[in-house]
Order: sequence, then structure tokens, then C-alpha cells
Amino acid sequence: MYQYDDYDQKIVDQRVAQFRDQTRRFLAGELTGEEFRPLRLQNGLYIQRHAPMLRVAIPYGHLRSDQVRKLAEIARKYDRGYGHFTTRQNIQYNWPKLEDVPEILAELATVQMHAIQTSGNCVRNTTTDQFAGVAHDELIDPRPWCELIRQWSTFHPEFAHLPRKFKIAVSGSVEDRAASWVHDIGLHMVTDAQGEIGFKVIVGGGLGRTPMVGSVIREYLPRWHLLSYLDAILRVYNRYGRRDNKYKARIKILVKAMTPEAFAAKVEAEWQHLQDGPMTLTQTEIDRVSAFFTAPAYERLAGDDAGFLQLKAENKAFARWVQRNVFAHKQPGYAAVTLSLKSTGIAPGDATADQLDGVADLADRYAFGEVRVSHEQNLILADVRQSDLAAVWDAAKKLGFATPNIGLITDIVCCPGGDFCDLANAKSIPIAEGVQRIFDEEDYLFDLGEIDLNISGCMNSCGHHHVGHIGILGVDKSGSEWYQISLGGRQGHAASLGKVIGPSFAQDDVPAVIKQIIDVYVEQRLADERFIDVFDRLGIEPFKARVYQKERAHG
Amino acid sequence: MGKHPHIIRLDRASGHREIVANHWIRVAEAGDDAVPGHTLLPLKQWLERRDELLERDDVGIWFAPDDEPEALGADAVRLAIIAVDFPAFTDGRGFSIGRLLRERYGFTGELRAVGDVFKDTLNYLRRCGFDAFEIRADKDVEEAAKGLDDFDDAYQNSVDQPAPLFRRR
Repeated sequence: MYQYDDYDQKIVDQRVAQFRDQTRRFLAGELTGEEFRPLRLQNGLYIQRHAPMLRVAIPYGHLRSDQVRKLAEIARKYDRGYGHFTTRQNIQYNWPKLEDVPEILAELATVQMHAIQTSGNCVRNTTTDQFAGVAHDELIDPRPWCELIRQWSTFHPEFAHLPRKFKIAVSGSVEDRAASWVHDIGLHMVTDAQGEIGFKVIVGGGLGRTPMVGSVIREYLPRWHLLSYLDAILRVYNRYGRRDNKYKARIKILVKAMTPEAFAAKVEAEWQHLQDGPMTLTQTEIDRVSAFFTAPAYERLAGDDAGFLQLKAENKAFARWVQRNVFAHKQPGYAAVTLSLKSTGIAPGDATADQLDGVADLADRYAFGEVRVSHEQNLILADVRQSDLAAVWDAAKKLGFATPNIGLITDIVCCPGGDFCDLANAKSIPIAEGVQRIFDEEDYLFDLGEIDLNISGCMNSCGHHHVGHIGILGVDKSGSEWYQISLGGRQGHAASLGKVIGPSFAQDDVPAVIKQIIDVYVEQRLADERFIDVFDRLGIEPFKARVYQKERAHG
Repeated sequence: MGKHPHIIRLDRASGHREIVANHWIRVAEAGDDAVPGHTLLPLKQWLERRDELLERDDVGIWFAPDDEPEALGADAVRLAIIAVDFPAFTDGRGFSIGRLLRERYGFTGELRAVGDVFKDTLNYLRRCGFDAFEIRADKDVEEAAKGLDDFDDAYQNSVDQPAPLFRRR
């Protein structure tokens, strides 16, 4: 993992001092609420429904065990003993006191963490594949490039006040696990005919009110030019992105209005001035950063562990956990484990301080002291010996993190919704729980196979409902909470946006409607056809017919 | 608009800063008559009277956020002062204008940030090439000047530090 040097540490420490001063001036009345708002947002601090909410950055989802313990300590000391992992691989605290935030930031800085640019109209936390560096299908490790982007984007002098927020994702594997097609910029690591590493550059994807899949504006960008090319894209966006209407201010609207071709031409023209300038990366810097992401000290193992295979054959519960929560590793004899934060009845993505401490202990004991956060709001131990999987399973069960449901319908991606968030039109956590209860029986759950279900409490789409096979969106209808359901969305290289099935439903009806949709799937599937494949074969009509057979929907 | 009392002047070479009286009057529109000394004209009006004004070092220009440095181009090197208006500090277009004037069009005169300018944006402004800051009248100008010292270093290249950190660490 990346380790700060004196430069990195000083920048973070000076940010703590700057924010302490800003908070002091706000409390003293020297900064108005209106002035303080963008300043605190650039440091992840929202004023929410019940209390402030502080979003702490977890760059590309990577954590060391000492950082996990610090997150637990902060949850105990300054919050109500828990935190919430987000779809941007960050963590949020829902109950800090405004006046405590500078102290929380100072504590975070002691373990090389911060809340810089976790909100506001600036470049946000760069995200990537939670299995980066260990995935069996990885082409190139994206992590050094994520760190280079983190540094480039941190306090960029020109792009601190963009028209709107800006999100970048990097993918380096065959399968895209970083939702890179629905980001403001998606970068795919590729090689040219000579085997030289570079990037395919995708711009203008995004969810939110106007969901769009991005457009490729450059098939191949040599790696040296990554940062100067990002400068060119951001400069075009900063200058020409709309600022008159916040709902039309994302880069996707600009790209669409100009056409991707014209936007690409504008970027190229800008880049002609920047190409080969000072931001051209050096081999020294690429080597320096890459050295932090070398493989840990793996034991040389011949292949699959016999004891592990035996237990898998004998113990159905273990086999199910392995099937869902263990991911193939590129190192023989190792595996990546996903700890499910989606146990029924717990808000998806929530973890208590005790659970965090438990995860840190597991990481130290079995996974080289590292933990990762996925954009599906789970935690990952990326480098576990197969021979340790049984022990990790036992420990994960004790922590409540061993629900064998990764990729299944109960592994719900869900925003905090109206229970916490000021922006939300509707609650989302109770909806998640209602759906989880319907599918709680394990044989039934496993029989249904892979289904992505995503819930957002409003159009801002933090729960990524557009790219769920089943998407649920909270909407406000004259003061009461309703839910719109869409089908057929997906992430990955075939990313596409779900289609709205029809009029929305009342909260109490949502679980039954989801059940009806699943019933149609079960009746119609051929052999072990997946939900999404049945949807592609049959289209939306049979689902619609079932769901609206009786008069239930309104408006 | 009009004349404003508080200006922080930064010497870009030494980092020395001082609070000085303002001699420039920013106007929304110039009359048809001769432009008085120490006037900052909107870019568009200056361009219309370019031939008459190019030799006058007592007339400057001010940019609105949607004005394009490309329209001024190489004439930038002939000017003594350019102001850039930040109607709201959350409108970051002026940062790009500053960098383009300095880095692409070779402007070396005084680059002044005007409008919603206070302590918390000075560091970014400085890095984008600004060396004069017209602090909002309701803010303490001495206190605001300290904003220039919020950070000692940064990752990216910028007008005040052409080498990014990765070329120096």
C-alpha cells in the first residue's frame, strides 16, 4: 500500500490546520453558512437531517489494519459506534459534532487518512476494482495509477470549483468491476501492439438524474501522458460545463451537447498545448509509486490446498460461503475473501466499531494487514491462504460478516436514504430489509443465482439503481414516499441502464412486487439461465404484466 | 464594480506581500469618450478599441468568467494589468483564465482577482498566477492575507511552481 512521505504528510496536516481555522471562523460568525458550505463540503462534511455527516476518503478502497482500527476508534469516540461504507469506497459517520470534526481529521492524519474532496464540486475519490492486484483476470494493476491520480487531483489549483462533482474510475482487468462506463471519466488499462501500457479514455458516463453510458474519446493514451490529458479534459469541462443549472452541470451533459466527437476534438486541441509539458510522467515517478503495490510475501504453494478442498466437499455451508464470498486469486494456494456487510436487518454497508476491530485483527492474522472496500459496500481480505479459509470463515461468522450472499439478490447496494440523508426523497434502508426478508431462505436464495439489486433514495443515485438488474428508486409524490422499479440495468463492459417498469409503488408493496418479478423469472428461466439473461430474452413485458395485473400502482 | 480599497499585492518572486491602496477603477461600460487613466475595461470593449488602447499602460482589462483568453491572445504581453472577476468564489472558471493568460499568452503584468475573493481561495488563486487580490470589503484583509500561507507545497505544476512535486521529490 502507498505510504506517505514527508510531503504527503505535510499537505494533509496543513489541510487539518486550514479546516480547523475555517471551522473556528464559521463558529465565530466570520464565515457565513453560505460561505462555509462549499468549504466544508470539500472536506466531506455535510449538515444532515439529524446531525452533520462526515465522509472520510478511502483512496481506491485500500486500508491498512491500523487505519481500520483508527476508523473504529473514531466511531466510538466521536460517533455512535458505527460507520457506513459507501458506493464510492469511502466511509461515512452519521453523528459527529461539527466542532469535533477538526479533531477527527487530526486523528485521521496520524494514520495517513483524510476527508479531502469527498464531497463538493471537485474531483472525488478515485475508485477501482476491489480485487486490483490479485484478480485472476487482471491485465495490469491499476493501483499505482489510482495513486498518481489521487495526488494529481488533490488540491488541484485549477479544478477546485468545477461546475459539479467529478468522479474517475480505473479498471485493469478483463471484467470491469469498477463501473468505469458510468463515471465522469473511466480509464481502462490497455496495451498497444508493442505491449506498451496505456489507457482507453471514456468520458461522460454517469448515473444521477440523467444516466448515461460514457463515450470513448481516445482508444489509446500512452501512460506518460495520463495526467496532462486529464488536465486537458478537466480544463475543457471547467470552462464550458454548464453552471446555470446544477442538474445539467455534469460533464456528461456537456459531452452530449457537443457530441463525443466534438468534445474529443476540443480536448485534443487543448492537450496539444500541454502534451510533453511538466505533467508528463517520468519513469522514476511511475517506479516510485509502483513500488508500493508489489505483491506481498506470498508463500510458494503448489496449488489448491487439500484441506480446503476437503472441507468444501464435506461442509455445505462452507461450500456455499466459498461459492459466493471467495474470489479466485492469481497466486496459487491463495484466495480473496469478501466479508458481507449485507446481513438481513442491518443497513447495507454498516459496520460497528467492534466489527471493524475484528476485521483489522483478521487482516493482521490472515491477510498481510490489508483490507479493501468494494463499491458494492463490502469489505475484502485480498490475500488469504486457502488453508486459512476455514478459520477466516469461522471468525467472519462471529463478526456477522459471513452471510454467503455476494452477488445474490440480498447483497443489496443501498444508499443511507431518508433515514439519514437530507437529499433523499424516500427511505432506502427499510426497503432493503423488506426485500432481504423475502429472500432469507438460503436454498431459495442460492437457487435464484446472481441478481444485482440496487436502491437509491433519490435521483442522485448513490445506490446506483440504474445499473442494478433490479433498480429501486425512491421518489417523492406530494409529500409521500414512493418507489419506482427498473429492470435490466447492469455494470461491467456491457454496462446499460435499467428500464422503468411503470408507475411507482408504496413502500409496503415493494417487497411483494420484487417477489412477483422473481416469480416470473423462476417460471420462465431455461436450465440455469440467469435473471439478466431471461430479461434480455423476454424483455420487460412479462414482468410488467405480472406486477400490474391488479390495480396497485398509483400515478 | 467601481473602486475598491483593499488590495493584497504579492511579489511572486520573493513571496513578499503588502496591503496597498487601489488605484484602478473597474467599469461595467466605457463611454464613447477617451478612457480615463486607471480604468479596467471589460474585455469586449477593450477589444473593440484595441488599436486606440494597446499603447496605453494606464488602461487594463477585466475578464468575466465566460470571457476567453484566446480572444486577447498575444496582446496579453502588452498589458500592465488584467483583473478576473469571480462573481461567486464557487465559479472556478477564473482559475483557468489565470493560468491561460500566464502560461499560454505570456502575461507578466498584475493579475488581479476581484469579486467574491477572501481568505479561503487565495492559495488556489496564487497558484493559478494571480498576484493581486481585491478582498471583499466586509472581510478582514490582514486575516485574509494569511490564506496565502495555508499550504507550503502541492502535487501539481502551477504558475508559481512549474515543476510538479514528482519532479522534485
